[in-house]
Amino acid sequence: MSQAVAPVRHVLITGNKSYHNITEDLCVPTEKSPTREWIIAFALSAAFLGLYVFAICWTVWKGIGEWGANRTINWAWDITNFVWWIGIGHAGTLISAILLLFRQRWRTGVNRAAEAMTIFAVICAGQFPIFHMGRVWLAFFIFPFPNTRGPLWTNFNSPLLWDVFAISTYFSVSLLFWYTGLVPDLATVRDRATGMRRKMYEFFSFGWTGSAKHWQRWEALSLVLAGISTPLVLSVHTIVSFDFATSVIPGWHTTIFPPYFVAGAVFSGFAMVQTLMVITRKVLRLEDYITVNHIESMNKVIVLTGTIVGVAYLTELFIAWYSGYIYEQFAFYNRVFGVYWWSYFGMMFCNVVSPQLFWSRKIRRSIWWTFFLSIVVNIGMWFERFVIIATTLARDYLPSSWSYYRPTWVEISIFTGTMGLFFTLYLIFTRVAPVVAIAEVKAILKVAGDQYIGPDAKPGHGHSSHSASEIEKGAQH
Amino acid sequence: MATESKKVLYGLYNDEEDLKGAVKAANAAHLDIMDVYTPFPVHGLDPILGLNESRLHYLGFIYGAIGASFGFLTMTWVFTRDWPIVFGGKPYWSVPAFIPITFEMTVLFAAWGMTITFYTICGMWPGVKAKTLDNRITDDKFCLAFDVTSSTDNDVDQLKGFFTQSQAAEVNVKTI
Repeated sequence: MSQAVAPVRHVLITGNKSYHNITEDLCVPTEKSPTREWIIAFALSAAFLGLYVFAICWTVWKGIGEWGANRTINWAWDITNFVWWIGIGHAGTLISAILLLFRQRWRTGVNRAAEAMTIFAVICAGQFPIFHMGRVWLAFFIFPFPNTRGPLWTNFNSPLLWDVFAISTYFSVSLLFWYTGLVPDLATVRDRATGMRRKMYEFFSFGWTGSAKHWQRWEALSLVLAGISTPLVLSVHTIVSFDFATSVIPGWHTTIFPPYFVAGAVFSGFAMVQTLMVITRKVLRLEDYITVNHIESMNKVIVLTGTIVGVAYLTELFIAWYSGYIYEQFAFYNRVFGVYWWSYFGMMFCNVVSPQLFWSRKIRRSIWWTFFLSIVVNIGMWFERFVIIATTLARDYLPSSWSYYRPTWVEISIFTGTMGLFFTLYLIFTRVAPVVAIAEVKAILKVAGDQYIGPDAKPGHGHSSHSASEIEKGAQH
Repeated sequence: MATESKKVLYGLYNDEEDLKGAVKAANAAHLDIMDVYTPFPVHGLDPILGLNESRLHYLGFIYGAIGASFGFLTMTWVFTRDWPIVFGGKPYWSVPAFIPITFEMTVLFAAWGMTITFYTICGMWPGVKAKTLDNRITDDKFCLAFDVTSSTDNDVDQLKGFFTQSQAAEVNVKTI
């Protein structure tokens, strides 16, 4: 038996696994017929997806006038939801790219599902600006090519166009990163399958064999993709914040927006990862791979980013007061005590106060608390975007145009419908691909598993072959 | 990427350390290894197999540079030559405003270029039939393979002897 985890490190794979056990545990959910829980969850998600399709058809047929958005509050639920979803879509790349660069081994347990979640969240986010265009059949005008009205181009100086580039790049690069990581695992599923299933996985695993040279290139590719995805993920929410920050609206026109939005995005993304992981590990019985240590690590990120967001809120208030500029002061007074005061306090409570509970180790390691607080954070982050968008627009420069905004049933249906879209995609994903990266977990088994019990496990074997210095060397490869 | 079929003699090992030992022994005996297949990236295998570091990242840099130039020069051409428009009193050639898109194009080109190159040089594409020696290589077996298409029986016996010596768990022959 070999115990090879350095005492200061957390055990990341429990339950005395061999390599074969890992394959078995992680492939089985894709092989057996769906459980009753899965079918119920899928039916529910699909129903919401149906609602989404209906509400979108309604919007396209009748026009944007069916929404509660008006002349004053022209960005309302749609852009709130867009920013909310795109924020959620940041955790996957953060986990897979930034944690890969920092050599955090706990990423291997959650990266696959988090990346999938990223891709699905970005799909959901994309729906809102596209359908907010109104004449959605002209949506291709956002892409820069000389159009049919003469060689008139898009405005490359506009943050809204930067958004088009940032989000489409982010989506496609995340997809490449995710799928390339998935290919070796699809090959594992392929090699266990027979008949039609085997043919299908053969197609999607691209002919992967596991040759040493291929693994070497695969690692080189993963590392560079991680390297370029890191600034990419930071750029995406920075550019989303430019949509607001480059405007001349008091309350939006602030230089603090990029870091504040990025921290908020990571915060909400990790909360959504927690919501999903807590359920996934239970339903698919992956407690040995997504351990309480993983959950605790993510909760630490949540308390850090939640605090950054809190500091940003207070900084905004302070700067508004300190600027001595009455329009800025009014914008923030209105944000806290104005017509939407309840969303401001909701935001403050959910985003700043509630995550502070994670300073307690006991709460940080409690599954129920984690699940509960992850939902609270998701609600809080939705409030944040609503506060920034609706509150600011409701009281603009001209008191005669001041207005109030209420969503209509169409907007509510579209928003809850995108959750249906998200969970439908996620549930399909759990059926067709391993939700934990098999190869990557195997690669850390001897250094981060509690005990290696493969067929050749020899006493002291792990110790002699994976001394601390060698682990460090391995980490630099 | 060879298309004609090969006769391959391969041994399966139960542990990556056994495999590494076998590769070292094969090198010492001057045996010509065809390839090594593992279920996950085994660190420390590349140097003993004599694999050079992948040059994929140099290509990534070149693709990124192409993307950056393409994005920046397109915007420059559009706004200074093809259809100059004044936006908010700014110069036609407003470089700071071009930076976000230039950056995104750099990342887009580098990522797609590298990924397409990766799949192409590995001979991998959707629908390519894997030349799998054994189904358990993607599970928990570590495989060392020799090409014996044109070997004599004597050579094959010698290789089998080598596998026995290096404690391979199984030895098989397969045509792929």
